[in-house]
Amino acid sequence: MKQLVALRVNGELHEVYVPVHKTLLEVLREDLGLTGTKHGCELGECGTCTVLVDGEPILSCLTLPVEVQGRDIITVEGLATQGVPHPLQVAFAELNAAQCGYCTPGMLMSAKALLDRNPDPAPDEVREALAGNLCRCTGYVKIVDAVRLAARRQQGDLGAVVEEIERALNEGVVREPGS
Amino acid sequence: MLRLPPFEYYAAQTVEEAVTALRDYGPEAMVVAGGTDLFPKMKRRQMEPKLLVGLRGIRDLYGIRPVESGSYRLGPMATLTQVSLHPELRAAYPGLTYAAGVVSSPQLRNAGTIGGNLCVDTRCTYYDQTYHWRKAINFCMKKDGEICWVAPGSPRCWAVSSSDTAPVFVALGARVRLVGPKGERVIPVGDLYGRDGIRFLAGKRPDEIITDILLPPPDGWESVYVKLRRRGSFDFPILGVAVALRRHEDGTVTEARIVLGAVESYPLEVPEAAATLVGNRLEPDVIEATAKACFKSRPAPWTTPT
Amino acid sequence: MPTNGYDDRKNRSNLGSHLKQETSVVGRPLMKVDAMSKVTGQAIYADDIHLPRMAYARLLPSTQPHARIVRVETSKAEALPGVLAVITGRDLPIKYGILPVSQDETALAVDKVRFVGEPVAAVAAVDEETAERALELIEVEYDPLKPIMSIEEALEDTEVRIQEYGHGGNIHKMVSLQFGDVEAGFAEADYVREDLFFYQGNNHLAMEEHSAVAHYSPDGKLTLWSATQTPHYVHRALAKVLELPPSRIRVIACHPGGGFGGKSDPFHHEICAAKLAMLTGRPVKITLTREEVFYAHRGRHPVLMWVKTGVKKTGEITAMHFRSMLDGGAYGSYGVATTYYTGALQTVTYKIPRYKFEGLRVFTNKPPCGPKRGHGTPQPRFALEVHLDKICEEMGWDPAEWRQQQACEPFSLTANHLRITTIGLKECIEKVVAASGFREKFRKLPYGRGVGLACSAYLSGANLPIYWNDMPHSGAMVKVDRGGGVTVYCGSTDIGQGSNSVLAYVVAEVLGVRPQDVAVVTADTDLTPVDLGSYSSRVTVMTGNAAIEAAQNVRELLFQAAADELGTTSDQLDAAGGRIFRRDDPGVGLPFAKVAQLAEARFGTLAAVGSFTPPKTPGRYKGAGVGPSPSYSYTACVVEVDVDPETGWVRVPTVWIAHDIGRALNPILVEGQAEGSVYMGLGEALMEEQVFRRNLHKIPSMLDYKSPTFLETPDIETILVETNDPHGPFGAKEAGQGPLLPVPPALCNAIYDAVGVRIDELPVTPDKILKALERKAKGQDPRVGPTRMPHVEWVEPIYVEPPDLRHDPSLMPATKPT
Repeated sequence: MKQLVALRVNGELHEVYVPVHKTLLEVLREDLGLTGTKHGCELGECGTCTVLVDGEPILSCLTLPVEVQGRDIITVEGLATQGVPHPLQVAFAELNAAQCGYCTPGMLMSAKALLDRNPDPAPDEVREALAGNLCRCTGYVKIVDAVRLAARRQQGDLGAVVEEIERALNEGVVREPGS
Repeated sequence: MLRLPPFEYYAAQTVEEAVTALRDYGPEAMVVAGGTDLFPKMKRRQMEPKLLVGLRGIRDLYGIRPVESGSYRLGPMATLTQVSLHPELRAAYPGLTYAAGVVSSPQLRNAGTIGGNLCVDTRCTYYDQTYHWRKAINFCMKKDGEICWVAPGSPRCWAVSSSDTAPVFVALGARVRLVGPKGERVIPVGDLYGRDGIRFLAGKRPDEIITDILLPPPDGWESVYVKLRRRGSFDFPILGVAVALRRHEDGTVTEARIVLGAVESYPLEVPEAAATLVGNRLEPDVIEATAKACFKSRPAPWTTPT
Repeated sequence: MPTNGYDDRKNRSNLGSHLKQETSVVGRPLMKVDAMSKVTGQAIYADDIHLPRMAYARLLPSTQPHARIVRVETSKAEALPGVLAVITGRDLPIKYGILPVSQDETALAVDKVRFVGEPVAAVAAVDEETAERALELIEVEYDPLKPIMSIEEALEDTEVRIQEYGHGGNIHKMVSLQFGDVEAGFAEADYVREDLFFYQGNNHLAMEEHSAVAHYSPDGKLTLWSATQTPHYVHRALAKVLELPPSRIRVIACHPGGGFGGKSDPFHHEICAAKLAMLTGRPVKITLTREEVFYAHRGRHPVLMWVKTGVKKTGEITAMHFRSMLDGGAYGSYGVATTYYTGALQTVTYKIPRYKFEGLRVFTNKPPCGPKRGHGTPQPRFALEVHLDKICEEMGWDPAEWRQQQACEPFSLTANHLRITTIGLKECIEKVVAASGFREKFRKLPYGRGVGLACSAYLSGANLPIYWNDMPHSGAMVKVDRGGGVTVYCGSTDIGQGSNSVLAYVVAEVLGVRPQDVAVVTADTDLTPVDLGSYSSRVTVMTGNAAIEAAQNVRELLFQAAADELGTTSDQLDAAGGRIFRRDDPGVGLPFAKVAQLAEARFGTLAAVGSFTPPKTPGRYKGAGVGPSPSYSYTACVVEVDVDPETGWVRVPTVWIAHDIGRALNPILVEGQAEGSVYMGLGEALMEEQVFRRNLHKIPSMLDYKSPTFLETPDIETILVETNDPHGPFGAKEAGQGPLLPVPPALCNAIYDAVGVRIDELPVTPDKILKALERKAKGQDPRVGPTRMPHVEWVEPIYVEPPDLRHDPSLMPATKPT
């Protein structure tokens, strides 16, 4: 059974004619070309495919597109604003919170939902909020640090962020102890 | 990538539409609320409904609100996150909101519903496997096969109830309203459950849906839920313990109910254990005796999963 | 500050005089060169590739653990609309395998299946759903054979053989080596102790499921994009099995979404995707499901171990005898090397003058084991460090002090003729003991809480290649563009550890440009010189050295061109801050791009190559190829635990880890490797296990195979120790694997400190602690672990006279400036 589904993803409206049993994960990756959203089990057991629906992190592998029509879907591709990376993205990049980078998109979505409701989370609050995202590379240490670093920063303008990235690439990152 | 099998989808807008669809389509129809339990099982071909009746569009199934003298009505489509964070519920039924907040992971609680958690399928490591895996052991009696691999001589299925919230609802004396094509009825939550792992929802007809979960007024009842699991996230309970009790001013327990999760195919109430609390204060030795009584009450063939 | 955007500050370090002491790039905590593409979702992983007309394939898993294949009927599947091709073992009969000595795999089972989940057939179809439906239409008739599911069964049953080769019966490989008169060593000891240990197998559980996309062009060229750590070996295997000349095959490693050794073999799905692409004329993608990843496996071998050590009252070890039995699963994979590795590195931490090792690997009807982070060494390290902790306890020695006293000497040989270069073990112990407050806590914390210490060593790459040859292990090419841009080409694969960034750093350092001005092209067999792959912790040392050499060669051309302009000779020039200038008068210089143009005008196209071949190995006995390395990293670890004696539950609040990295090219990347290693080591020690029941993998899912979440992972405090190794690029050694090794034994030693029981079997689940506590309460041996080794007729050992273990200045290499 195919159905025309209207999805608002990263602020853009997409109309796709897809089998109703195709999950949001599959539609994002295969029909909309948004391959930034990854998958590690397709059974809701790892958190890799996390996206935001109306600001709440959910598992796209267990979501039917037909059930999220008309809602705001944000993927990792939608985190930047007007080309300016989200502070979380910059902090993850700087602090080596993304090693293989495969869990990172899902991790970022859970982290964004956290910062949107709690702008200054304690380390344990970060751990609780991200407990539904597995990572095998980092030991989580630098992810907690990166979320807290992003929380401490304000979203900057493009010029400032580009400068920040240049500096991190060529001179060294800001390493604030995880106070 | 593991994918869902094909099905048709019907977005019901009212309870009547939903139950009519269930009745008309028959046994191959299922309802879907959050989908967090159903979709993995469908991907593993443990469940193969041909029609899914989506409940998301039914306004009447949402909401958490006080009714009558201090009691509460939960819409079954309230998410586990909503239940776990609800300030009044947290004050009145801390055991319940805690249990809702320790189901699986944050993302799953954002989609999974409180009604869905009451109906969560029983679990077993011989059953919760893919089609090809189950084919390799020649299946089990819960799906496509003949025997129970947990207890091969057993006439019944030993898959266990793995809901975190059901034991608390039972301990609190909650009831559910079921609506079907033939009308509605209200039954205690405990009566939803059958006595084996296959017919674990024997108390609910297939064409009935839960429309309300009704909590009695707190009325001095205290509640607590403790969950044993390997990891602080994702995992189903290895054991869940729900306790509801009332105490005299001096701390003496006057009434108590204890319900265990993940030890039987239904939330197992252990009145003999609860009785050890009554008349006593919650001192360590009393709790120790109660725990021993709980342990003794566990069902016979069940030791540890093999 | 100069105005060109460069930062001319130099990092000072305490390095030896023979290496460049002032660096602009090396040593800084820089953001990885590809970090932004990963955090924006733009890095491309294999499953992200979508080509026009692409078909999808799936593999049919065996439902039998051990059976002859009587018949495979595919006609119904072929007739299903949308199915493009169906292949079985007969279509790909040529055997392959990562090691030349165990070419025992076929892409699809041919006459026999050897474990549940082994691929028997493959289907390509217009979409994945159709391919999956077609699998159900394939009928396979099996003639079941007796399954062999454990080391004991494999040794007992010599009639039913899983493989037709090996040592005989179901023994794949048996090794026996002896260095010196071990028995004499035991005789002169004041205390001799024997212990038994078991380390359960486990999976890498990389977050990304393996995936490959193959494209066969009408021009007769095959391209495979794959989530692999070893594109070079995949290239070789494809050429062999598909009978295509290597010149017509291109393998591109995409960003692997985690490797840990699990993507180091050539795999079924890679070969099947290629074959199906050739048959259908369409690109074909195969992405494994999580369950299939558990069957592809190549994870940690389950190992049963026995160790006997003699010590003098004064602390010296007189001799050690170590035995290991590995459960290899159904195929060889890296297993022969793994078997040697379970005996190779015992000698490189503490002075062991006489050493004997006997090891064997058996075949069982389970998915093949292979290399996982630490490859064959975490298991013996667990055994050894717990065993030595018991000896210290018995002798009343301080475990930290004793380890420091017995640490191997720098620039020395071991009993088995491994050459140690720098060794920062004593400093690692000192720092980790200080940071953790070990002395204030050890045997002093209240009941239920405890601390444990353990140490380890690991190789910075293997000195010998997997297949015998005299060629370099790593090659790099550096090209300079007339605009001043630099490109480095290298076959290495960045699996998240940051090896692409390392290439950029070392080239930028040599050429005096910024890392961002260096483009990095890697892991593409058409474009890049061979690097053997991202395994055995070899990449930083080997590709780093190759890239330095290439950059130095091209720099020489640049210096020659600049020298005339600057009125000096090339040996008087230096490069830094985007300039090439006179060392005696740094104000006199030219911009890098200008020099590039002068050099290109003079010499033509500007490019140079570099290679790295590891130093020759001193050992001259059969088996001496496993263990030698350009350098060894060293680690010391303290784990603190909180054990609930009522439930057996273990909580780990903090882990301290000190790692001798030689030199941190980028400390933030090294920390990441240490933290990830601690995490993975704790997972293995506490909960991860690849276990079987009724001949099937019991828990092939992310839910039931327990991988620690944020909530189980402790605070990790990492301390880097720098020893400046002469073989390393700018002094660097490895970091990716070594820091995992001491974590499991430190945990078990901490549990003993906390509640007085010994868990000699991993993982340490709560039931084992309760059982040990129960035994303790009854006055029995407060221990849970194996109680016997199966009896085996070991082969007569190869006897090798051990060398003098003392520091030997002649082992220090001639200096060469970087």
